Amino acid sequence: MTKNATEKISLRGVKKSFITDDGPLEVLGGLDLTVATGQFVAIVGPSGAGKTTLINVACGFTLPDAGSVLIDGVPRHGPSRKGILISQQGSVFPWMTVRENLLFALDRGAKAKNIELAQRYIDLVKLQGFENSYPHELSGGMLKRVEIARALVLKPEILYMDEPFSALDALMRLRMRTELLRILEEEHHTVLLITHDVEEAIHLADQIVVMSPRPAVIQATFAVPFPHPRQLSMPEVQQLKESILRELGM
Amino acid sequence: MTTSAAKRWQRLLLRKVVPPVILISVLIAIWWVWLAYHPSPIFPTPGDVVRGTAELVKDGTIWDHIGASLARVSLGFSLALVVAIPLGLWMGLYEVVDATLNPLFQIMRPISPIAWIPIAILLLGVSNASPIFIIFIATVFPMIVQTAAAVHTIEPRYLRAAANFGVSGPRVLVHVIIPAILPQVIVGMRISLGVSWLVVVAAEMIALRSGLGFLIIDSRNAGNRYDLVIAAMIIIGLIGLLLDGLMRLLERLKSVRWRYVK
Ligand SMILES: Nc1ncnc2c1ncn2[C@@H]1O[C@H](COP(=O)(O)OP(=O)(O)OP(=O)(O)O)[C@@H](O)[C@H]1O
Ligand SMILES: [Mg+2]
Repeated sequence: MTKNATEKISLRGVKKSFITDDGPLEVLGGLDLTVATGQFVAIVGPSGAGKTTLINVACGFTLPDAGSVLIDGVPRHGPSRKGILISQQGSVFPWMTVRENLLFALDRGAKAKNIELAQRYIDLVKLQGFENSYPHELSGGMLKRVEIARALVLKPEILYMDEPFSALDALMRLRMRTELLRILEEEHHTVLLITHDVEEAIHLADQIVVMSPRPAVIQATFAVPFPHPRQLSMPEVQQLKESILRELGM
Repeated sequence: MTTSAAKRWQRLLLRKVVPPVILISVLIAIWWVWLAYHPSPIFPTPGDVVRGTAELVKDGTIWDHIGASLARVSLGFSLALVVAIPLGLWMGLYEVVDATLNPLFQIMRPISPIAWIPIAILLLGVSNASPIFIIFIATVFPMIVQTAAAVHTIEPRYLRAAANFGVSGPRVLVHVIIPAILPQVIVGMRISLGVSWLVVVAAEMIALRSGLGFLIIDSRNAGNRYDLVIAAMIIIGLIGLLLDGLMRLLERLKSVRWRYVK
């Protein structure tokens, strides 16, 4: 086994089909993807291409039919606390308060220390004052921030994010991106982000990967060499955006 | 109280209290007027019913009957919960258990609890145990099926999140599975308690010496006291309403409200 210290996530020839009423549906068609330690990779692709399937395979919830998933060079067989998934529909427990959600994730360790830690991350996502609120008492954007805080409080090495902001309005989306960048500056996670918003990808990622339609493979890879904070109006940025959109067939 | 709060109360009163009170008063008036024109030696007027109720309250028998019926319901219903919820969870969590038990319970569920009365009398005799058994039967099968179905419909994203955090076993049961099904279980409990109250009256009509159902049959048999029959019916209705209101309070717990909002 060749172990490359900077390869955090490595997918090799990953294939995945689903059985449907009309026979097997080939979703991932032998896909290769590498994410380096500390790198922020965004995946864009057509709807229904298999992006959610890909991230589920990467974080261990779905086993591939063929190919392998290596995390730190070691084959992965199931989910772990090392990599936390922020799913498309969200999974904050509605029967727990904001604080209880974070404490549930922390699970082990001394209670007093966990409460302190939870408070730190509640503050980080600017939810102080809502520790004892229930999710149904929060707005969509606040709920997403709870989800992010609950993932970050575990100090995972990898964050998997499946269209985390797509349900929010444009203004909130922009604000969440800025907050995410601010948080990532403090804690250096490896991030795999799925989005259908090319501008969001350019705003956040170090590298953008374009997925082909089903059966999906990686069709193109773009580096995003601009320093933060990024000005989306810069001509180089617009050029990059156009090339990516062209890859997507628009 | 601020004026806006006072106004809100006023509106609530006008919209939710006044119309039903008017409707019920009109119905009572029709009943009274009808009997004024068509006097009956047996059928009581509202006035007779009020006098009959006062009589029952004064000699204290009404409290014994209410107490007896409520005690039977609480016992039968609690026994059913203690059996149904763990069993429903077990079925919900393990497919083999579900496949084995579910068909049996699906067959038992549509059998009217009243149909069990002969069996109850055969097994337990004419005793307190019979109506308790009937109430148990009436509620245990729906509660089992409801609990198992609630476990089946837990959204996988919550179970996945728990797995992602490395939480498993009893902690998932206590902090994810049980709270996730609780709102549906509470709705099931409310419906079942309503059914228990329906059933207890029917069960008590058969050869028992206490309870509101017995009061109805006894009043009829002992000299056509239809004033007491109707008094007992109204008391049954009011207590049923009260029980339902108590169960609705459970639905307002913060940790289950998420299911009912939006
Ligand atoms: N469990 C499953 N069983 C059967 N088919 C599935 C299953 N999960 C996904 N699919 C199918 O696989 C394809 C890819 O689904 P996936 O959710 O990965 O797409 P996506 O790229 O995330 O789409 P979107 O951008 O809309 O979120 C779809 O056609 C979908 O119908
Ligand atoms: Mg998706």
